[in-house]
Amino acid sequence: MAITMTQAAAERVRNFIEKRGKGEGLRLGVRTSGCSGKAYVVEYADKIEPDDHVYECHGAKIIVDAKSLIYLDGTELDYTREGLNEGFKFNNPNVKDSCGCGESFNT
Amino acid sequence: MALFQISEPGQTPTPHERRYAVGIDLGTTNSLVACVRSGVAETLPDEQGRHLLPSVVRYLSQGEPVVGHDAMAVAHEDPLNTIASVKRLMGRGIEDVRQLGKSLPYEFTRGDSAMPRLRTVAGERSPVEISAEILKKLKKRATEILGVDISDAVITVPAYFDDAQRQATKDAACVAGLNVLRLLNEPTAAAIAYGLDKNPQGIFAVYDLGGGTFDISLLRLNRGVFEVMATAGDSALGGDDMDHAVAEWIMRAAGIQDDAGHRQIRCLLRDARAAKEALTQAERAPLHIDLGHGKNWRGELKRDQLYALIDPLIERTVSPCKRALRDAGIRANEVDGVVLVGGATRIPRVREKVSQFFGREPLADIDPDKVVAIGAALQADVLIGNKRDEEMLLLDVIPLSLGLEIMGGMVEKIIPRNTTIPVAKAQDFTTYKDGQTALLIHVVQGERELVSDCRSLARFELRGIPPMTAGAARIRVSFQIDADGLLSVSAREQTMGVESSVAVKPSYGLTDNEIERMLRESITHAGEDDAARKLREQQVDADRLMEAVRSALTADGALLNIVEREGIEHGLKELQAAREGNDYARVKQAVKALDQATQTFAQRRMDENIRKALAGHKLEEFDMSRDKSPS
Repeated sequence: MAITMTQAAAERVRNFIEKRGKGEGLRLGVRTSGCSGKAYVVEYADKIEPDDHVYECHGAKIIVDAKSLIYLDGTELDYTREGLNEGFKFNNPNVKDSCGCGESFNT
Repeated sequence: MALFQISEPGQTPTPHERRYAVGIDLGTTNSLVACVRSGVAETLPDEQGRHLLPSVVRYLSQGEPVVGHDAMAVAHEDPLNTIASVKRLMGRGIEDVRQLGKSLPYEFTRGDSAMPRLRTVAGERSPVEISAEILKKLKKRATEILGVDISDAVITVPAYFDDAQRQATKDAACVAGLNVLRLLNEPTAAAIAYGLDKNPQGIFAVYDLGGGTFDISLLRLNRGVFEVMATAGDSALGGDDMDHAVAEWIMRAAGIQDDAGHRQIRCLLRDARAAKEALTQAERAPLHIDLGHGKNWRGELKRDQLYALIDPLIERTVSPCKRALRDAGIRANEVDGVVLVGGATRIPRVREKVSQFFGREPLADIDPDKVVAIGAALQADVLIGNKRDEEMLLLDVIPLSLGLEIMGGMVEKIIPRNTTIPVAKAQDFTTYKDGQTALLIHVVQGERELVSDCRSLARFELRGIPPMTAGAARIRVSFQIDADGLLSVSAREQTMGVESSVAVKPSYGLTDNEIERMLRESITHAGEDDAARKLREQQVDADRLMEAVRSALTADGALLNIVEREGIEHGLKELQAAREGNDYARVKQAVKALDQATQTFAQRRMDENIRKALAGHKLEEFDMSRDKSPS
């Protein structure tokens, strides 16, 4: 298993990092909080730690720490537009249920 | 499903606590809203991809006013109800407006306060209310795009705005339901947008020639901290004046009389602006003017003719530049960089003049229309706490000196102009008559020596001074200006400790009744907003519960007898129906009912799971001290 992202998501990551001027890639993670137990972390990664897993996809890197990988394995990250709003979207097969807005989830 | 934005390392917000704050450039001609998303500041477009919102409000006899492009498109057909450039009227008294009024096609009335009002088909409207319509429109756009309710904003104002104008801008934000994190000087915002703070040090000039105002600011950067050294400008000079100059030229050329109607003046201004913009690229612009009664006038405007018309206006920017340099105590060649702001700086002639004056090519990489909003968004992002490492500290200055009236109608300046704010200063005064028990404190603003030449901001009395011989009392008067440039003044008699103070309510003032009415309106809407949010929260709760119950039924439905199952399914149906409606209390009740109906079921599922887990094992096999594993 691995973590992947769509062409659209990879392009966005590359653009954002270029505009920001630094960054190794996109760090995805999971931490406990939120109304349904766990919440996603979506951040710029400035450095890669020894136990990080790195996935390269359409020319952009996704970096995930070993602990978070349990909850994220098999995830495909997409970039979509819903109405006027746009952003990254997790297609995570590990999720059993999530809160109404989808910002936090349970596995 | 939620959509995510990228955060800085370690800064991912807690679910449901993501905070956005916007930067708003409330301009004379156009307004913009910008926001930092995924670490990048961008202006936010409308559904049609347009970033600029024309600062034009059209009032209709019924319904909500129309704001922006749609209002501007019909401005020339309905000039009296279509208000443009309202920023010029912000915080102005009736006398100021009477002078401006000659060049503005509106009908003014005197309200029950000193603030002028404009007569429209929807009733009389104050400049504050009209500005609020523009802010509401931008707020709505940001809320739709960001998917969360936006209430915090940094709003930019010209550096030249006095206290009354700043307060009027804050009032407009309040009416629009926005919390002003900070009023930021436009040039300061532009410097932030260019990231000039990344330099180790330097002196920068910001040349801002917008639609209605000109500002020149000199900023000193030292160890990542901006200090505004000096500001100068002209609050009634900009691209609009160029349009007027061109329109007047067309009138002379086409033989249109001075008594042209409001509608015709609007058409002329529109044609003049189009010709001016075309001449940024082209050498000549054709003109077709409708004279009415089926007659037309055809002509053209050449670039050098345009320059002849606008050169005197561009020239008027030079003396504020000199004044700012003089105040800052530097020469033009000591400036390390010049930033261009405002749509009018696209005109090649303006760029020529600026390079000539400062002896260097100006920076113009960022769209001069968007640069201020972008800087404001960056500042808003810092103020709301989304940045941890890069603390951005900005020092602003007050545009005009603040002082007191002393004997003989003279002004004693307490805080000189261009003092960095926030600031507090105090000075001791005394009585001038034996046995004097009261002192009138008159706060004025301006550079002149006589009170009659300065602007009166407030008056208040300090009473209860113990009777003493003249000159014996010590009365300490303190001036305090907060980060938004708003002033409060207090006076304290040192021996008895009697005290009196005033928060300066600028003399253009809204009356209490007017403020109360506007607040009441915003409260009315607050009620609706709150009800809508409660309903949405209940619906989310309902969806989660229904989902959980349905999956439990699929997994362990066998644990229920027919009657129990029917009870739960009835509860589900009730909740589903309530959830589709908009009665918050009904949803809440149905959630509670379903919750109760499923209690026995939940209990049985738990027993069943424990029974399954324990089957075939001995108790000793379980290490009871082990932590409960995560679900």
